Amino acid sequence: MASEEHQGSFIHPMEQFIVKPLFGDGGDVGTLTITNAALWMLLSVAAVAALTIWGTRGRALVPSRIQSVAELMYGFVRNMVEEVAGKGSMAYFPYIFTLFAFILGANMLSMIPMSFAPTAHFAITVPLALAVFISVTAIGFIKHGIGFLGFFWPKEAPGWLRPFLCLVEIFSYFTRPVSHSIRLGANILAGHAVLKVFAGLFAMMVFGGLGALAVLPLAMMVAMTALEVLVAFLQAYVFAILTCVYLHDALHMH
Amino acid sequence: MELEAAAALGKYIGAGLATTGMAGAGIGVGYVVGNYLTGALRNPAAAAGQTATMFIGIALSEAMGIFGFLIAILLLFAV
Repeated sequence: MASEEHQGSFIHPMEQFIVKPLFGDGGDVGTLTITNAALWMLLSVAAVAALTIWGTRGRALVPSRIQSVAELMYGFVRNMVEEVAGKGSMAYFPYIFTLFAFILGANMLSMIPMSFAPTAHFAITVPLALAVFISVTAIGFIKHGIGFLGFFWPKEAPGWLRPFLCLVEIFSYFTRPVSHSIRLGANILAGHAVLKVFAGLFAMMVFGGLGALAVLPLAMMVAMTALEVLVAFLQAYVFAILTCVYLHDALHMH
Repeated sequence: MELEAAAALGKYIGAGLATTGMAGAGIGVGYVVGNYLTGALRNPAAAAGQTATMFIGIALSEAMGIFGFLIAILLLFAV
Protein backbone atom coordinates (compact mmCIF):
# COMPACT_ATOMS: atom_id res chain seq x y z
CA MET A 1 0.00 0.00 0.00
CA ALA A 2 1.12 3.52 -0.71
CA SER A 3 0.35 4.80 2.74
CA GLU A 4 2.30 2.55 5.02
CA GLU A 5 2.76 5.27 7.59
CA HIS A 6 -1.00 5.81 7.88
CA GLN A 7 -1.88 2.21 8.52
CA GLY A 8 -3.48 1.53 11.84
CA SER A 9 -3.99 5.19 12.59
CA PHE A 10 -6.88 5.71 10.21
CA ILE A 11 -10.11 4.33 11.57
CA HIS A 12 -10.10 1.87 14.39
CA PRO A 13 -12.95 -0.59 13.84
CA MET A 14 -13.77 -0.80 17.56
CA GLU A 15 -13.80 2.95 18.17
CA GLN A 16 -17.49 3.22 17.27
CA PHE A 17 -18.46 1.15 20.32
CA ILE A 18 -16.99 3.51 22.92
CA VAL A 19 -19.66 4.69 25.34
CA LYS A 20 -19.23 8.36 26.13
CA PRO A 21 -21.37 10.98 27.87
CA LEU A 22 -23.07 13.40 25.49
CA PHE A 23 -23.09 16.47 27.72
CA GLY A 24 -20.57 17.99 30.07
CA ASP A 25 -16.82 17.76 29.88
CA GLY A 26 -16.72 14.07 29.04
CA GLY A 27 -15.89 13.05 32.58
CA ASP A 28 -16.91 9.89 34.39
CA VAL A 29 -20.10 8.02 33.58
CA GLY A 30 -22.55 7.73 36.45
CA THR A 31 -25.92 6.01 36.77
CA LEU A 32 -27.94 8.85 35.28
CA THR A 33 -25.43 10.16 32.75
CA ILE A 34 -26.93 10.51 29.28
CA THR A 35 -24.47 8.56 27.16
CA ASN A 36 -24.69 7.82 23.45
CA ALA A 37 -25.86 4.30 24.34
CA ALA A 38 -28.70 5.70 26.44
CA LEU A 39 -29.63 8.16 23.70
CA TRP A 40 -29.90 5.51 21.00
CA MET A 41 -31.86 3.18 23.24
CA LEU A 42 -34.26 6.01 24.02
CA LEU A 43 -34.52 6.76 20.31
CA SER A 44 -35.39 3.15 19.53
CA VAL A 45 -38.04 3.14 22.27
CA ALA A 46 -39.39 6.39 20.84
CA ALA A 47 -39.44 4.95 17.31
CA VAL A 48 -41.33 1.84 18.42
CA ALA A 49 -43.76 3.91 20.50
CA ALA A 50 -44.35 6.27 17.59
CA LEU A 51 -44.99 3.40 15.20
CA THR A 52 -47.43 1.59 17.46
CA ILE A 53 -49.27 4.67 18.78
CA TRP A 54 -49.45 6.40 15.44
CA GLY A 55 -50.27 3.17 13.65
CA THR A 56 -53.24 2.34 15.84
CA ARG A 57 -54.62 5.88 16.01
CA GLY A 58 -56.81 5.65 12.89
CA ARG A 59 -58.01 2.07 13.30
CA ALA A 60 -59.28 2.20 9.75
CA LEU A 61 -60.84 -0.83 8.09
CA VAL A 62 -58.60 -0.22 5.10
CA PRO A 63 -55.29 0.43 6.87
CA SER A 64 -53.05 3.33 5.99
CA ARG A 65 -49.41 2.60 5.27
CA ILE A 66 -48.19 3.11 8.82
CA GLN A 67 -51.11 1.15 10.22
CA SER A 68 -50.37 -1.82 8.00
CA VAL A 69 -46.72 -1.78 9.11
CA ALA A 70 -47.79 -1.79 12.76
CA GLU A 71 -50.33 -4.55 12.08
CA LEU A 72 -47.75 -6.56 10.20
CA MET A 73 -45.33 -6.43 13.12
CA TYR A 74 -48.05 -7.26 15.62
CA GLY A 75 -49.36 -10.17 13.57
CA PHE A 76 -45.87 -11.49 12.94
CA VAL A 77 -44.96 -11.66 16.63
CA ARG A 78 -48.41 -12.94 17.57
CA ASN A 79 -48.15 -15.81 15.10
CA MET A 80 -44.70 -16.66 16.36
CA VAL A 81 -45.78 -16.73 20.02
CA GLU A 82 -48.84 -18.83 19.19
CA GLU A 83 -46.94 -21.33 17.07
CA VAL A 84 -43.75 -21.72 19.07
CA ALA A 85 -44.70 -21.11 22.70
CA GLY A 86 -47.96 -23.05 22.46
CA LYS A 87 -51.13 -22.90 24.52
CA GLY A 88 -51.50 -20.42 27.37
CA SER A 89 -48.61 -18.28 26.18
CA MET A 90 -50.65 -15.31 25.00
CA ALA A 91 -50.37 -13.78 28.49
CA TYR A 92 -46.67 -13.27 27.80
CA PHE A 93 -47.16 -11.84 24.32
CA PRO A 94 -46.68 -8.18 25.41
CA TYR A 95 -43.28 -8.97 26.90
CA ILE A 96 -42.06 -10.81 23.81
CA PHE A 97 -43.42 -8.11 21.53
CA THR A 98 -41.62 -5.47 23.59
CA LEU A 99 -38.36 -7.41 23.41
CA PHE A 100 -38.69 -7.93 19.66
CA ALA A 101 -39.66 -4.33 18.93
CA PHE A 102 -36.93 -2.85 21.12
CA ILE A 103 -34.17 -5.02 19.67
CA LEU A 104 -35.40 -4.53 16.12
CA GLY A 105 -35.58 -0.77 16.65
CA ALA A 106 -32.12 -0.58 18.18
CA ASN A 107 -30.60 -2.81 15.47
CA MET A 108 -32.21 -0.90 12.63
CA LEU A 109 -31.37 2.55 14.02
CA SER A 110 -27.76 1.46 14.45
CA MET A 111 -27.58 0.96 10.67
CA ILE A 112 -27.77 4.74 10.23
CA PRO A 113 -24.22 6.00 9.54
CA MET A 114 -22.53 7.69 12.53
CA SER A 115 -25.11 6.26 14.90
CA PHE A 116 -24.44 3.97 17.83
CA ALA A 117 -25.27 0.29 18.24
CA PRO A 118 -26.45 -0.33 21.82
CA THR A 119 -27.23 -4.00 21.11
CA ALA A 120 -23.56 -4.59 20.27
CA HIS A 121 -22.81 -4.16 23.97
CA PHE A 122 -22.92 -7.18 26.22
CA ALA A 123 -23.77 -4.78 29.04
CA ILE A 124 -27.13 -4.30 27.31
CA THR A 125 -27.80 -7.75 25.85
CA VAL A 126 -26.89 -9.65 29.02
CA PRO A 127 -29.57 -7.97 31.18
CA LEU A 128 -32.14 -8.59 28.41
CA ALA A 129 -31.26 -12.29 28.31
CA LEU A 130 -31.03 -12.56 32.11
CA ALA A 131 -34.48 -11.03 32.48
CA VAL A 132 -35.83 -13.67 30.09
CA PHE A 133 -33.95 -16.45 31.91
CA ILE A 134 -35.09 -15.44 35.39
CA SER A 135 -38.70 -14.76 34.46
CA VAL A 136 -39.01 -17.98 32.44
CA THR A 137 -37.53 -20.03 35.29
CA ALA A 138 -39.91 -18.31 37.71
CA ILE A 139 -42.87 -19.07 35.41
CA GLY A 140 -41.82 -22.71 35.31
CA PHE A 141 -41.67 -22.99 39.09
CA ILE A 142 -44.92 -21.08 39.61
CA LYS A 143 -46.76 -23.23 37.08
CA HIS A 144 -45.38 -26.65 38.02
CA GLY A 145 -44.13 -26.08 41.54
CA ILE A 146 -41.18 -28.22 42.56
CA GLY A 147 -42.16 -30.59 39.73
CA PHE A 148 -40.42 -28.24 37.33
CA LEU A 149 -37.18 -29.91 38.39
CA GLY A 150 -38.44 -32.96 36.48
CA PHE A 151 -37.61 -30.96 33.38
CA PHE A 152 -33.98 -31.88 34.00
CA TRP A 153 -34.65 -35.60 34.47
CA PRO A 154 -34.91 -37.37 31.09
CA LYS A 155 -37.50 -40.11 31.58
CA GLU A 156 -37.17 -41.71 28.14
CA ALA A 157 -33.43 -42.45 28.42
CA PRO A 158 -32.13 -45.82 29.69
CA GLY A 159 -31.75 -45.87 33.46
CA TRP A 160 -27.98 -45.75 33.91
CA LEU A 161 -27.68 -42.87 31.44
CA ARG A 162 -30.14 -40.63 33.25
CA PRO A 163 -27.80 -39.00 35.84
CA PHE A 164 -25.32 -38.03 33.12
CA LEU A 165 -28.03 -36.68 30.85
CA CYS A 166 -29.42 -34.81 33.83
CA LEU A 167 -26.06 -33.08 34.27
CA VAL A 168 -25.99 -32.23 30.57
CA GLU A 169 -29.52 -30.84 30.78
CA ILE A 170 -28.66 -28.66 33.76
CA PHE A 171 -25.52 -27.40 32.07
CA SER A 172 -27.33 -26.60 28.83
CA TYR A 173 -30.09 -24.85 30.79
CA PHE A 174 -27.58 -22.54 32.43
CA THR A 175 -25.72 -21.79 29.20
CA ARG A 176 -28.99 -20.51 27.72
CA PRO A 177 -28.68 -16.90 28.93
CA VAL A 178 -25.00 -16.90 27.86
CA SER A 179 -25.65 -17.92 24.27
CA HIS A 180 -28.90 -15.94 24.16
CA SER A 181 -27.16 -12.66 24.97
CA ILE A 182 -23.81 -13.25 23.27
CA ARG A 183 -25.51 -14.25 20.02
CA LEU A 184 -27.22 -10.89 19.65
CA GLY A 185 -24.28 -8.86 20.90
CA ALA A 186 -21.63 -10.71 18.87
CA ASN A 187 -23.59 -10.61 15.63
CA ILE A 188 -24.18 -6.87 15.79
CA LEU A 189 -20.64 -6.20 17.06
CA ALA A 190 -19.02 -8.25 14.30
CA GLY A 191 -21.21 -6.76 11.60
CA HIS A 192 -20.48 -3.16 12.55
CA ALA A 193 -16.77 -3.88 12.99
CA VAL A 194 -16.59 -5.41 9.50
CA LEU A 195 -18.37 -2.37 8.04
CA LYS A 196 -15.82 -0.10 9.68
CA VAL A 197 -12.92 -2.25 8.46
CA PHE A 198 -14.08 -1.85 4.86
CA ALA A 199 -14.70 1.86 5.42
CA GLY A 200 -11.13 2.21 6.72
CA LEU A 201 -9.80 0.28 3.73
CA PHE A 202 -11.74 2.58 1.40
CA ALA A 203 -10.38 5.71 3.08
CA MET A 204 -6.86 4.28 3.03
CA MET A 205 -7.06 3.53 -0.70
CA VAL A 206 -8.53 6.91 -1.61
CA PHE A 207 -5.98 8.90 0.38
CA GLY A 208 -3.19 6.51 -0.60
CA GLY A 209 -3.65 7.22 -4.31
CA LEU A 210 -5.35 3.95 -5.27
CA GLY A 211 -8.58 5.71 -6.24
CA ALA A 212 -9.76 3.27 -8.90
CA LEU A 213 -9.22 0.19 -6.74
CA ALA A 214 -11.20 1.82 -3.92
CA VAL A 215 -14.36 0.77 -5.74
CA LEU A 216 -13.83 -2.75 -4.40
CA PRO A 217 -14.16 -1.99 -0.67
CA LEU A 218 -16.98 0.43 -1.49
CA ALA A 219 -18.91 -2.30 -3.30
CA MET A 220 -18.17 -4.64 -0.41
CA MET A 221 -19.55 -2.04 2.01
CA VAL A 222 -22.78 -1.75 0.05
CA ALA A 223 -23.19 -5.53 0.04
CA MET A 224 -22.32 -5.77 3.76
CA THR A 225 -24.82 -3.03 4.59
CA ALA A 226 -27.55 -5.00 2.85
CA LEU A 227 -26.52 -8.12 4.75
CA GLU A 228 -26.42 -6.23 8.03
CA VAL A 229 -29.98 -4.97 7.57
CA LEU A 230 -31.00 -8.60 7.16
CA VAL A 231 -28.97 -9.60 10.22
CA ALA A 232 -30.50 -6.75 12.23
CA PHE A 233 -33.96 -8.16 11.58
CA LEU A 234 -32.89 -11.79 11.91
CA GLN A 235 -31.23 -11.34 15.30
CA ALA A 236 -34.29 -9.60 16.73
CA TYR A 237 -36.39 -12.48 15.36
CA VAL A 238 -34.04 -15.12 16.75
CA PHE A 239 -33.95 -13.45 20.17
CA ALA A 240 -37.76 -13.37 20.29
CA ILE A 241 -38.22 -16.89 18.97
CA LEU A 242 -35.73 -18.33 21.47
CA THR A 243 -37.63 -16.55 24.23
CA CYS A 244 -40.73 -18.34 22.93
CA VAL A 245 -38.90 -21.69 22.96
CA TYR A 246 -37.76 -21.19 26.56
CA LEU A 247 -41.27 -20.13 27.50
CA HIS A 248 -42.67 -23.26 25.86
CA ASP A 249 -40.28 -25.38 27.94
CA ALA A 250 -41.40 -23.65 31.10
CA LEU A 251 -45.11 -23.88 30.33
CA HIS A 252 -45.26 -27.40 28.89
CA MET A 253 -42.03 -29.09 30.12
CA HIS A 254 -40.54 -30.35 26.80
CA MET B 1 9.87 -8.65 30.01
CA GLU B 2 10.25 -11.81 27.98
CA LEU B 3 7.55 -13.45 30.03
CA GLU B 4 5.18 -10.63 29.19
CA ALA B 5 5.97 -10.97 25.50
CA ALA B 6 5.35 -14.70 25.69
CA ALA B 7 2.04 -14.09 27.48
CA ALA B 8 0.95 -11.61 24.81
CA LEU B 9 2.00 -14.06 22.09
CA GLY B 10 0.03 -16.83 23.71
CA LYS B 11 -2.96 -14.52 24.08
CA TYR B 12 -3.10 -13.65 20.41
CA ILE B 13 -2.42 -17.20 19.22
CA GLY B 14 -5.12 -18.44 21.58
CA ALA B 15 -7.59 -15.86 20.34
CA GLY B 16 -6.87 -16.84 16.76
CA LEU B 17 -7.29 -20.52 17.56
CA ALA B 18 -10.55 -19.83 19.37
CA THR B 19 -12.03 -18.27 16.26
CA THR B 20 -11.52 -21.52 14.33
CA GLY B 21 -14.40 -22.86 16.40
CA MET B 22 -16.67 -20.67 14.33
CA ALA B 23 -15.91 -22.85 11.28
CA GLY B 24 -17.87 -25.59 12.96
CA ALA B 25 -20.79 -23.23 13.50
CA GLY B 26 -20.69 -22.36 9.80
CA ILE B 27 -20.81 -26.03 8.85
CA GLY B 28 -23.65 -26.61 11.29
CA VAL B 29 -25.75 -23.71 10.02
CA GLY B 30 -25.14 -24.85 6.44
CA TYR B 31 -26.32 -28.34 7.35
CA VAL B 32 -29.50 -27.04 8.96
CA VAL B 33 -30.45 -24.78 6.06
CA GLY B 34 -29.43 -27.35 3.43
CA ASN B 35 -31.53 -30.06 4.99
CA TYR B 36 -34.43 -27.68 5.44
CA LEU B 37 -34.22 -26.82 1.74
CA THR B 38 -34.09 -30.48 0.74
CA GLY B 39 -37.20 -31.16 2.75
CA ALA B 40 -38.91 -27.99 1.58
CA LEU B 41 -38.35 -28.80 -2.10
CA ARG B 42 -39.79 -32.28 -1.64
CA ASN B 43 -42.84 -31.07 0.19
CA PRO B 44 -43.29 -27.34 -0.43
CA ALA B 45 -46.71 -27.35 1.24
CA ALA B 46 -45.19 -28.16 4.63
CA ALA B 47 -42.24 -25.77 4.27
CA ALA B 48 -43.86 -22.62 5.64
CA GLY B 49 -44.74 -24.30 8.92
CA GLN B 50 -41.15 -25.34 9.57
CA THR B 51 -39.28 -22.07 9.01
CA ALA B 52 -39.49 -21.25 12.72
CA THR B 53 -37.98 -24.65 13.55
CA MET B 54 -35.20 -23.96 11.05
CA PHE B 55 -34.37 -20.67 12.73
CA ILE B 56 -34.31 -22.34 16.13
CA GLY B 57 -31.95 -24.95 14.71
CA ILE B 58 -29.74 -22.24 13.23
CA ALA B 59 -29.65 -20.37 16.52
CA LEU B 60 -28.76 -23.47 18.52
CA SER B 61 -25.99 -24.64 16.19
CA GLU B 62 -24.65 -21.10 16.05
CA ALA B 63 -24.25 -21.09 19.82
CA MET B 64 -21.09 -23.20 19.77
CA GLY B 65 -19.39 -20.81 17.37
CA ILE B 66 -20.47 -17.95 19.60
CA PHE B 67 -18.72 -19.57 22.55
CA GLY B 68 -15.54 -19.65 20.46
CA PHE B 69 -15.98 -15.98 19.64
CA LEU B 70 -16.57 -15.24 23.31
CA ILE B 71 -13.32 -16.97 24.27
CA ALA B 72 -11.47 -14.94 21.63
CA ILE B 73 -12.97 -11.67 22.88
CA LEU B 74 -12.20 -12.61 26.50
CA LEU B 75 -8.60 -13.44 25.62
CA LEU B 76 -8.12 -10.19 23.72
CA PHE B 77 -9.81 -7.75 26.07
CA ALA B 78 -10.33 -9.34 29.48
CA VAL B 79 -7.36 -11.62 30.28
